[in-house]
Amino acid sequence: MGLDIRLPIGMMFSLLGGLLVVYGLATGSDAATYQGSLGININFWWGLVLLAFGAVMLIFALRARFSTK
Amino acid sequence: MQPQHLQFIDYSIMLIYVGFVVGIGFALKRYMRTSADFFLSGRSIPAWVCGLAFLSANLGALELVGMAASGAKYGIATCHFYWLGAIPAMVFLGVFMMPFYYGSKARSVPEYLKMRFDERTRCFNSMTFAVMTVFASGISMNALAQLLHSLLHWNYFFSLVICSGVVLVYVLKGGLTSAMYTEVLQFFMIVLGFAPVVWLGLKDVGGWDALKDILHGVSQDPTKLGLNTSHDFGPDAWTSAWRPIIAGPTANPMGVDLFAMVFGLGFVLSFGYWCTNFLVVQRAMAAKDMGAARRTPLIAALPKMLFPVLVILPGMIAVGLAATGKGGYSLPGVQISDGDYPAAIAAVRDASKQPGMNRNDPAPVTAPIAAAVHHNLNADKIAALVGDNNAQPMSDDDIKARLQGAVADPDYNGVILSLVTRYCPPGLMGLALTALLASFMSGMAGNVTAFNTVWTYDLYQAYLAPNKTDQHYMRMGHYVTFVGIVLSGLCALVARNYSNAMDIIQLVFGFVNAPLFATFLLGMFWKRATSHGAFFGLCGGTLTSMLFHGCTIAAGNTPGIKGAWISQVQTFPSEMAQNFWLASFAFLSCFLLTVAISLATSRTKSDEELKGLVYSLTEKVREPDQAWYGTPAFLGTLLLLACLVLNIYFW
Repeated sequence: MGLDIRLPIGMMFSLLGGLLVVYGLATGSDAATYQGSLGININFWWGLVLLAFGAVMLIFALRARFSTK
Repeated sequence: MQPQHLQFIDYSIMLIYVGFVVGIGFALKRYMRTSADFFLSGRSIPAWVCGLAFLSANLGALELVGMAASGAKYGIATCHFYWLGAIPAMVFLGVFMMPFYYGSKARSVPEYLKMRFDERTRCFNSMTFAVMTVFASGISMNALAQLLHSLLHWNYFFSLVICSGVVLVYVLKGGLTSAMYTEVLQFFMIVLGFAPVVWLGLKDVGGWDALKDILHGVSQDPTKLGLNTSHDFGPDAWTSAWRPIIAGPTANPMGVDLFAMVFGLGFVLSFGYWCTNFLVVQRAMAAKDMGAARRTPLIAALPKMLFPVLVILPGMIAVGLAATGKGGYSLPGVQISDGDYPAAIAAVRDASKQPGMNRNDPAPVTAPIAAAVHHNLNADKIAALVGDNNAQPMSDDDIKARLQGAVADPDYNGVILSLVTRYCPPGLMGLALTALLASFMSGMAGNVTAFNTVWTYDLYQAYLAPNKTDQHYMRMGHYVTFVGIVLSGLCALVARNYSNAMDIIQLVFGFVNAPLFATFLLGMFWKRATSHGAFFGLCGGTLTSMLFHGCTIAAGNTPGIKGAWISQVQTFPSEMAQNFWLASFAFLSCFLLTVAISLATSRTKSDEELKGLVYSLTEKVREPDQAWYGTPAFLGTLLLLACLVLNIYFW
C-alpha cells in the first residue's frame, strides 16, 4: 500500500518530542512541577528520547523513499 | 484516586495524536477500491507492520489495566499469561497453522472452517464470534469511559462518543489497512508513553533487588494488600514464576495447580485464543505473501515476551510502594458510588456532632460511616476527617474527597493510573493518558475490523445476500462498521447498568471458546476428521464446559452465576483454577467426541478437496531464496529458547 507508516510515526514522535523538550525547558526552573518525578525534569529528557526515536523513523522512511526513486 | 486537572500541553499531545490517526485514515482512503482492499488490506502489508498490528490489536486498554492489577495481586506468576500463555501458541501459529489459513485463501477464520468442514461449523463460529466482539468492545468502552470519568471528570457519554468516533472515522476511511497502520503507531505510543512511568516507579522503589526484598515481606503477610487473607504464602510467592505454582495451589495467590497452569492456560486457552481468534489471525492474513504471513506472529512474539516489564511490573511496583508507604502511597481505593455519598456525608456530620469522641479508639466512629459507603475504611483517616470537620465544618466536596481517600478496599484496576498520577508532571501526563487512549483505540479497531469482515463475508454474503457485486459488499462493510460501533456503544451502556448481564454473557462465550482449539487442531492435522465430527464435537465440548461450570465453584463464591448452579460437586481454590480446569475438560471432551464421531461417520470431503487445508495433504511451504537462519522454523525455535531462558531466570 502506498503509504510508508514510518513517515507519520516519525513525524508524530518528532513533534511530540519537540513539544516536551520545549515545555521541559520552559518549566525546568519550577521545582514543584517535578517533585513527583523524583526531581528529574522528565519532560525534557523523555522529550529527547521521543525526538531521537522520531528522527530514526524519519531517516528510515526518507532513505527508503529516495532509494526507490 | 484524586481527580486530575489536565493542562494545555496535555490536551495538545492528545490532539496531535488524534490528528495523526485520523490523518492516516484519510491518506489511505484513495487505496480503498474493492472489498478486498477494505477487509483484507488487499493482502499487501509488510511483515513487520502485520507483526506489530497483531500485537497491538490484542493490547486493549483492559489488558493494560488488568495485567497491572494481576501483577499487584499475583506478582511475577502473572507473566505466565505471556511466556506460557502466548509465546508457544504464537510460534505454533506462525510455523504450523499459517500455511493453511493463508494458503487456503480463506478470507476469515470461519471461512476456513467452511472449506475444511461445512456450513454448520462456520455458522456457529461466525455468529458467536460476531456477537462476542461487539460485547467485548462494549465492555472495554464502558471501562474506559468510567476510568476517564473518575480520573479526569470527563462526562461518561462524551468520552464514549469521542473515543469511538475517532475509531469510526479512521476505520471507515481506510478499512483494515488504516486499522493496522494506526495499530503500529499506537504500539509505539503505548510503549513510549508508559515506559517513563515504569522507569520512575522502579527508581523510586529502589530498583529491582529492593523491590524483590519488599515483596518477600508482602507475600508472608498479604493482609497489607487487602487480599482478604492472612495466609503466609512463603517468601517467593510474588517474585518467582514457577516455584509457588509447583508447590501447589495453597502456596500461590492465584490458587492454581501445575496441571491447570500448563495444560489449561498454556495449552488449551492460549492456543485457543492465539491460533483461532480471527481478531489476531486477521492481521497475519493481510500480509503480502506467505513468508510475511508466517513471520507475523513470530515478529509479534519478541516484544510480547518483553511486555511484562511494561504491564506487570507497574503492579508489583505499586505493591512495593504501598508496603513501604513511601511518599504516602497507598493502593487506590475502590470508587465510592455516587448514590452512597449523601448518607456517608450525613454520617460524617453526625459523628462530628457527638462530643467527646475518643481519638484513641476510632473504630466505633468509623463503623456507621463505613456502613454508609459499603466499603471498609481506614479508621485513622476517618477519625482525622471527623476531627477536622468538628473543628471547622467542611463542604460536601471536601468530605467526598477525604472519604474516597480513606477507602481501604483496594481497587487493583486503578494501580496503573495511580502511578501515572504520582509520577507524571503536566506534559508527560498527557503522553501517558494518550498511551491509554491509544491502547483503547487499538483494541477497539481490532474488534471492529474483525466484526465487519465476519459479518459481511461469513454471514451477510453467505446467508443473507449472496452473489451481489463487490461494490455492494464494500458498501455493506461501511454500514456495518458504523452499526458495529453503535452496537458496542449500546453494550457499554448495558455493561454500565447491568454488570450481572455482562458476567453472564462473558460466561457463555467462555463456554463456546474453551473447546474451539480441538476442532482446529483435528481439522488441520487429521484428514479423517469429518464435518459431523467437528460440529457435534464442538457442540459437545460447549455443553461439557456448561455442565462443568454448573457442578464446580471456587472457594468463597456463592452458587449461582459463579458456578455450581446444578450441584456443588467440586470446589476449586480460586476462580482462575476453576476456569483453567473448565477449559481443560471442554477441550478434552471436544477432542474425544470429534475423534469418535469422525470415525463413526464417513468422510464428505475427498483428499483432493482437502488439499491446502490439511497438513498431510499439503505441500510444505518452500522458500528457496531464504537462508536457513531466516526460516520460520529457525526463528520460532530461537523464540522458544529465549522464552525458556526467561522462565529459568525468574524460576
